[in-house]
Amino acid sequence: MKNPHRTQRIAFFFLLLTTLLIVIPVGLIVVIIIQKGLPAINWQFLSAMPRQGMRAGGILPAIVGTFYLVSGAVTFALPIGLLAAIYLSEYSKGNKLTRLIKLAIVNLAGVPSVVYGLFGLALFVVFFKFGASILSGSLTLGIMILPIIITTSREALESVPQSFREVSLSLGASKWQTIRHIVLPNAVPGILTGTILGLGRAAGETAPILFTVAAFYLPRLPHSIFDQVMALPYHLYIISTQVPNVDEKVRYGTAFVLLALVLMMNLVAIIIRYKFRKNKKW
Amino acid sequence: MRKFKEFIIEKLVLLCGFASIIFVGLIFLFLLREGLALFKTAGPFNFLFGKNWYPISEPAQLGILPLILGSLLVTVGAAVISIPIGVGCAIYIAEIAPIKIKEMLKAGIELLAAIPSVVLGFIGMVTLVPLVKNIFHLPTGLTALSGSIMLAFMAMPTIVSVAEDALYSVPKNYKEGAFALGATHWQTIWRVELPAASSGILAAIMLGIGRVIGETMAVMMITGNAAVIPHSILAPVRTLTATIAAEMGEAVVGSEHYFALFAIGIALFVISFAINVTADLFLHRDE
Repeated sequence: MKNPHRTQRIAFFFLLLTTLLIVIPVGLIVVIIIQKGLPAINWQFLSAMPRQGMRAGGILPAIVGTFYLVSGAVTFALPIGLLAAIYLSEYSKGNKLTRLIKLAIVNLAGVPSVVYGLFGLALFVVFFKFGASILSGSLTLGIMILPIIITTSREALESVPQSFREVSLSLGASKWQTIRHIVLPNAVPGILTGTILGLGRAAGETAPILFTVAAFYLPRLPHSIFDQVMALPYHLYIISTQVPNVDEKVRYGTAFVLLALVLMMNLVAIIIRYKFRKNKKW
Repeated sequence: MRKFKEFIIEKLVLLCGFASIIFVGLIFLFLLREGLALFKTAGPFNFLFGKNWYPISEPAQLGILPLILGSLLVTVGAAVISIPIGVGCAIYIAEIAPIKIKEMLKAGIELLAAIPSVVLGFIGMVTLVPLVKNIFHLPTGLTALSGSIMLAFMAMPTIVSVAEDALYSVPKNYKEGAFALGATHWQTIWRVELPAASSGILAAIMLGIGRVIGETMAVMMITGNAAVIPHSILAPVRTLTATIAAEMGEAVVGSEHYFALFAIGIALFVISFAINVTADLFLHRDE
């Protein structure tokens, strides 16, 4: 006869195994990059221009480029995303139209990153004639992170208790005053979390910037938003695959800087969310 | 004056509410605008089922069958690896792990989801690729198998988090009922909770696969980029996404090659659209 308890032990063992099969490689990836990348990091690596066809020197232009792109993306996506979230949380009626909007958000989040690249190329670079520039790249990345910002902001707005709104309205405040002075301030940590997650995503993506902004080798800092820039993820891609004989230290160092940047942003977002949940007033 | 200001703001809110629809529409429109131009010179049948992808030969041969098969092979491989592991891990997190470990595991999964694909590609190149080469005694480790393994890791966070949500939202009294009838914990999971969460788990798998099909950088770095019809999982392949990423830089704007890459983009967009809509229907059946 089958012993159900033994079956359970075997099943649980396999479930634990599957979990370890995910956790251990993730741990290894992070450990390898820290172990081999950290020794490459010094002030010169972070603050100097690349030299000898990117085989030596620093990665300053890539860091600066990523900083510009990410800032541009958020400047574009945050206002639109936040207002869209306000619409969904405060104004929409829960009808077919709302369903359609939600479906569009899901789809926007699922569009392959390289298709964003194509779209950015067709719309911003070619149609609007912005050329391959910070502007084109930022706008493309901005549209890509829009779903993240909308979804998290909407959750934050919806988690503000209904009674807060009712009290405000009963005191004679208008709908917008209620949103502006009551709902929004209480949702700030959630909105911040979403924004930072969006930043992290934008900083790490390569495919959307391939044809819209990224420069192969450009050892100077950009002067305007119509300049091309280097960017960390693209830089890592080219020194790993396109440029022969790059010192391993340079590769691991670049991977380390990119990973640290992205994980730091995620960590900050997680901490904000955690603190917010702990200190919730309601 | 205040009334007027609020009127403007509310219209702006409404407009932004529609922004996601507008952008999805714009993406599709611009892909069509550039991609459909291809079919003035090439037939759709030859494009989809042509066996040769030689975009820069004279005349160019633009058949994407090798690329479709490349994507398919890598995706099936990744699905075979990531579905059992991902669903298993979701069950472990949702049902078995103690609360503290559960929080840590969830953070770990989020961490994996956050690692940029180019970093995963780089790590794959320096660790996985030599490993595959040595184990199977191949001339190169840049194969569909390496790509599948790496992509499985990119699908797992999606599968785990969506499936875990689905299991978590199974009503608690189902579980209590099964326990009261004397079922073991595993029997309860297997016979009661998994069937109850099946539509959510199915959605999780679909979204995971959607992620795999659309993944670009990691797959371009470790699958070897050979645009030929693959004969084995140990052969180099090239996917639809990698083709766009690798070749768009050299394609002349307005050339046949350029249009063909956009046509591939249309195919990718339609596939991801279909997957996301279906998964969403599974997740929101009751709405």
